[in-house]
Amino acid sequence: MRNVSAKQTQKLAMAGIWGGGMITLLLLIVIIGYVLIQGLPGINWEFLTTNPKGGLSGEGGILSTVVSTLYLIGVTLVLLVPIGIGSAIYLSEYAPNNRLTRIIRYGIETLAGIPSIIFGLFGYALFVTVLSFNFSILSGALTLVCLLLPTMITTTEEALKAVSYSYREAALALGTTKWQMISRIVLPSAIPGIVTAVILCIGRAIGETACLYVTMGGSAAMPSSLLEGGRTLSLHVFYLAMETNAMDKAMATAAVLIIIIILINALTNLLAGRFQKRLKGIS
Amino acid sequence: MTRYFTDKLAKYIVFISGFTSFIILLLIALFILREGLPAFSEIGVFDFIFGTVWRPGIDQYGILSMIVGSIAVTIVSMIMAVPLGIACAILLAEVAPSKVRNILRPAVELLVGIPSVVYGLVGLVLLVPIISNIGGSGFSILTASIVLMVMVLPTIISISEDSIRAIPVSYREGALALGATKWQTIKGVVLPAAKSGIGAGIVLGMGRAIGETMAMIMVIGNSIAFPGSLLDAARTLTGNIALEINYATGTHESALFATGVVLFIFILLLNSVATVFLKRGSNAQRLS
Repeated sequence: MRNVSAKQTQKLAMAGIWGGGMITLLLLIVIIGYVLIQGLPGINWEFLTTNPKGGLSGEGGILSTVVSTLYLIGVTLVLLVPIGIGSAIYLSEYAPNNRLTRIIRYGIETLAGIPSIIFGLFGYALFVTVLSFNFSILSGALTLVCLLLPTMITTTEEALKAVSYSYREAALALGTTKWQMISRIVLPSAIPGIVTAVILCIGRAIGETACLYVTMGGSAAMPSSLLEGGRTLSLHVFYLAMETNAMDKAMATAAVLIIIIILINALTNLLAGRFQKRLKGIS
Repeated sequence: MTRYFTDKLAKYIVFISGFTSFIILLLIALFILREGLPAFSEIGVFDFIFGTVWRPGIDQYGILSMIVGSIAVTIVSMIMAVPLGIACAILLAEVAPSKVRNILRPAVELLVGIPSVVYGLVGLVLLVPIISNIGGSGFSILTASIVLMVMVLPTIISISEDSIRAIPVSYREGALALGATKWQTIKGVVLPAAKSGIGAGIVLGMGRAIGETMAMIMVIGNSIAFPGSLLDAARTLTGNIALEINYATGTHESALFATGVVLFIFILLLNSVATVFLKRGSNAQRLS
């Protein structure tokens, strides 16, 4: 009798486990499906190549928001990539196992858990007010660098650590300095992993809103310099949904975002797979 | 000799960039405290945290209703997300054949990537009308909690799955050899061994929930009134900051930074708890 009930419990539990998985999948399908079905009909050449009219009408396209997003990502990467890679090199190649290293790691972990809006407050206080960059793409980008740094460092460090130790030993045995070993052997081998880290950060930058909402100003006009305000695609969705009745435009913009995110995810998976294969193939 | 000079220079440069994150963390804490302190001293810590009236127009700054709002959406969303997330993690780590895993894992990754405004938009257009049929305006703690549930699922799933995977196969083999069914093995051996990691996943999920801003603003109604039920509109701590910081001045602005201080403390507490869980998890595995 006991066996029978154990088997029945097993069946019930498995049904629950499968149910949980299928509900998760269903949630994703509903969200993506709904946005694409509602949004795709609104996407056409005109939508992509005209500026939003701004104000309460919500009419117009998304051109200036795409340009603002690209400016923002460009400025962010210029600062984020060197600092992130430098920091990852320190942690993976130099950092001794001591208290200072633990403090640095604590800093990175804690920073990774801080909500976007707190970064926004900080950016507002430091970049917008004290440094008087005002509400601008520059203020937004600097805030975004702070927010993305932990992601960039952690992912790059993993890529560096994945490079086999024998590479380093071989280089040092040939009489290179440590830096020659890192710059000519370790970094080139880790490039696919570092590229993955950069793409991951781009994806997060595209989706980020809260910290930009309070630092970028949200102007719908075409930005002509980095010291002007702007709105990213994500911010545009927010403004359309909250301040206008143009829900069709909001959905179309959201569909553009979803398509970009799907492409970015596919790209990182592809690169990560390649990277694994390459490292395995050589060593 | 220049290569030795380059070597030294490179070492210092990477050391400085290594320290950047910690400096940013210090600067954030410093700036938010500095800007928030005037509010704490003018309003009083007790009146600020336990005051129920937020009316910047008449200099009333109490954030209790937002603390309650933030905690309510976090708890309700976790009640829904935890069972779902753990079931999904067990499926991915123990049960599903690789074909199913290869569909489900990218799906979970995609859930992480979807921007929070898109969650907010779908909640606004799809969920708000449904909830308004049950009662109220539809902009409510319940609506916000459902949206949050979806957003925190990936955090719970991926951290729980990792910790379940980290359990040695020998544990499972031992249980199965004793005649336990697959479920008995999972429930009696695997889950107890992975409970620290799962705990960490839940706590980190709570951190994400309490920090979420834009999606909350879009579906929770942002009312400053004290919420009486799950169908009432409310406002979160994050929403309070985002909605008012751009036009606030003086004590009002400082009170918003002080709201940030309260939020910061919540997050630091949750992160410390998660760290303790994770440490305990890796210690337990080292012992085995």
